[in-house]
Amino acid sequence: MEKRVVFRSAWLPYVLVAPQIAITLVFFFWPAFQAVWYSFQLQDAFGLKTQFVGLANFAALFKDGNYLESFKVTAIFSVLVAFIGIAISLLLATMADRVLRGAMAYKTLLIWPYAVAPAIAGVLWAFLFAPSIGVVTYVLKGWGIDWNWILKHDQAMVLVVIASVWKQISYNFLFFLAGLQSIPRSLIEAAAIDGASPLRRFWTIVFPLLSPTTFFLLVVNIVYAFFDTFGVIDATTQGGPAQATNILVYKVYHDGVKAADLGGSSAQSVILMFIVIALTVAQFRFVERKVQY
Amino acid sequence: MKLKLMAAALAAAGLLSTAAQAQMEIQFWHSMGGALGEKTNGLAEKFNASQKDVKVVTTFKGTYPESMTAAIAAFRAGSAPHILQVFEVGTATMMAAKGAIVPVAKVMGDSGEPFDPKSYLPTVTGYYTDPKGNMLSFPFNSSTVMFYVNKDAFKKAGLDPSKAPRTWKEVLAAAEKLKAAGQQCVYTTSWPSWKHVENFSAWHNIPIGTKENGFGGMDTQFAINSPLHVRHIAMLGDMAKKGLFTYAGRTNQGDAKFSSGECAMFTGSTGAQAGIRKAAKFEWSINMIPYHDDVKGSPQNSIIGGASLWVMGGKKAPEYKAVAQFLAFLSRADVQMEWHTDTGYVPITQAAYDMTKKSGFYDKDPGAELAVKQLTNKAPTANSKGLRFGNFVQGRTVIEEELEAVFSGKKEAKAALDDAVKRGNEILRQFEAANK
Repeated sequence: MEKRVVFRSAWLPYVLVAPQIAITLVFFFWPAFQAVWYSFQLQDAFGLKTQFVGLANFAALFKDGNYLESFKVTAIFSVLVAFIGIAISLLLATMADRVLRGAMAYKTLLIWPYAVAPAIAGVLWAFLFAPSIGVVTYVLKGWGIDWNWILKHDQAMVLVVIASVWKQISYNFLFFLAGLQSIPRSLIEAAAIDGASPLRRFWTIVFPLLSPTTFFLLVVNIVYAFFDTFGVIDATTQGGPAQATNILVYKVYHDGVKAADLGGSSAQSVILMFIVIALTVAQFRFVERKVQY
Repeated sequence: MKLKLMAAALAAAGLLSTAAQAQMEIQFWHSMGGALGEKTNGLAEKFNASQKDVKVVTTFKGTYPESMTAAIAAFRAGSAPHILQVFEVGTATMMAAKGAIVPVAKVMGDSGEPFDPKSYLPTVTGYYTDPKGNMLSFPFNSSTVMFYVNKDAFKKAGLDPSKAPRTWKEVLAAAEKLKAAGQQCVYTTSWPSWKHVENFSAWHNIPIGTKENGFGGMDTQFAINSPLHVRHIAMLGDMAKKGLFTYAGRTNQGDAKFSSGECAMFTGSTGAQAGIRKAAKFEWSINMIPYHDDVKGSPQNSIIGGASLWVMGGKKAPEYKAVAQFLAFLSRADVQMEWHTDTGYVPITQAAYDMTKKSGFYDKDPGAELAVKQLTNKAPTANSKGLRFGNFVQGRTVIEEELEAVFSGKKEAKAALDDAVKRGNEILRQFEAANK
């Protein structure tokens, strides 16, 4: 049964939501609108001369092979981060769910990395994997692997993926654990009595029942890989070597903040904005409807 | 109650500001962290103590790009500092912002402070001077690129440690021997574009871009795909493949690779000396950068890096007078000598150079003088007085990306430099369009 509260006053509900709306307008809509506005302009760094150039900034972007390359890099990066992150967290959550003694301690430890800022996570992993002084590098060298992500494209990608995944595992873990705990024990017990192996129980009962969580996390993780990994990239590879880890959001930062090209950077933000809108719509329309609860 | 408190606070603030009005406050934003920051503050304190009318307030605003971004944002909001330290690659961007800055020559001329443009070293000031000879910004910390050699590693490899390679041919020969002797990292560099493209061009007297490296106009184009450029970058790519050159990264990561003893030869900023002196547990020497001896006219002279002070626009006349006073103070030979000998940055006036020489400082520290000698090796030509490319922060990133592609064996030198020119020119055209 649904609960409904009906306001007798006509204006009170509006007043009550006004602060929220005001915050949304000032902190979300206004900057977004400004980004759209700047994306149609060509401006010098100090904002002294402004020209309206229509879609020229966008045209320049799509002519730029490197921008298209950045799309590819972002796609590879997000897919890797989302899938590896979700897979590891699911594994950890299923294992933590079975722990009976000291469960609290395990859970807390697994949640810790979430409290670490992305930039710190980046620096941490960069140190561990530093080409000349890193501990992991030293071990890898012992195995005959020449580890130098400053020049090797694949290794640079591996590094930023590891750092980003590590950072996100806690978040995924929390959701999976909550999802697991809401699965009725009786279902699993019934299957166990019928003689289903633990693996079979997982794939035929637990995993389908977790699918809403998994799909939600998929979207959240892709959005995370798209936007929040900025700190990781900036602290480690800064987009290099030769653009190998130059994801879209890092390029926005580099072009806008470091290179003072507001128009081009805004155009990129607008494109990113559309990607997020598309992802959100996909989540609401497709995911929420098709997923079996 | 709250309102009353606020009113009181405002009144107090008002009182304070009237009290301070007797002394002119000059805001100076810089990017000198750590020991260099202390030295910068020291300069301001010394100036503040030397007179009563002006107080220079220094603020550390982060790295070069960060403080430039901060100043741009402040300017847009109408609260820019009086003086802003901008790194050399930001020069063209600042120059083009005509309403945002006031040329130093004008600030000095209007103020009546003693100012003789000829007393400054031409290689240093040339970088910051317009085609008519007006100084646009004030050179503050200028460095150049030097060649460092680990003498102990040379000895171990059976090379003469007192003879550092002078040409690239000699570098290659030494590199082979070092490698054969088991040296893990033979040669590395900091600031790859600055060293191997920008300074390389100046040192061999070939253009980095058309129109006098951009000095002659915004319609300049990159020229870094000449046969000599291709040959040099191809050589480095080849060295990388053979394990004779270890790429360290786009900024100063190479410094640590040399000072830790990992790499035996290294090209890096004059500013790297302080760190090497502190960390190196081996004998080392500082030398002029190598050149290709079959190129006619080389070596020419190297170009500077570092930063200069820009005077921001939109302030009142008395404030500019105060700024001029501070800049005149910074030009004083004794102040320059102190800055030069403390930090390793090159002096900006002939008088300061002569004074340091006379003091006997160079006998103890020949490296400090070598930088000046290298910068003034010959009278600068159109190819070697510096560069002025719009949005060069982006341009340099493009060059570095293409260099990385060569060093990792992904691209041939010719293709990479062609792409660097093509992509770089697009950035230049956009800058030109934005600053019409």
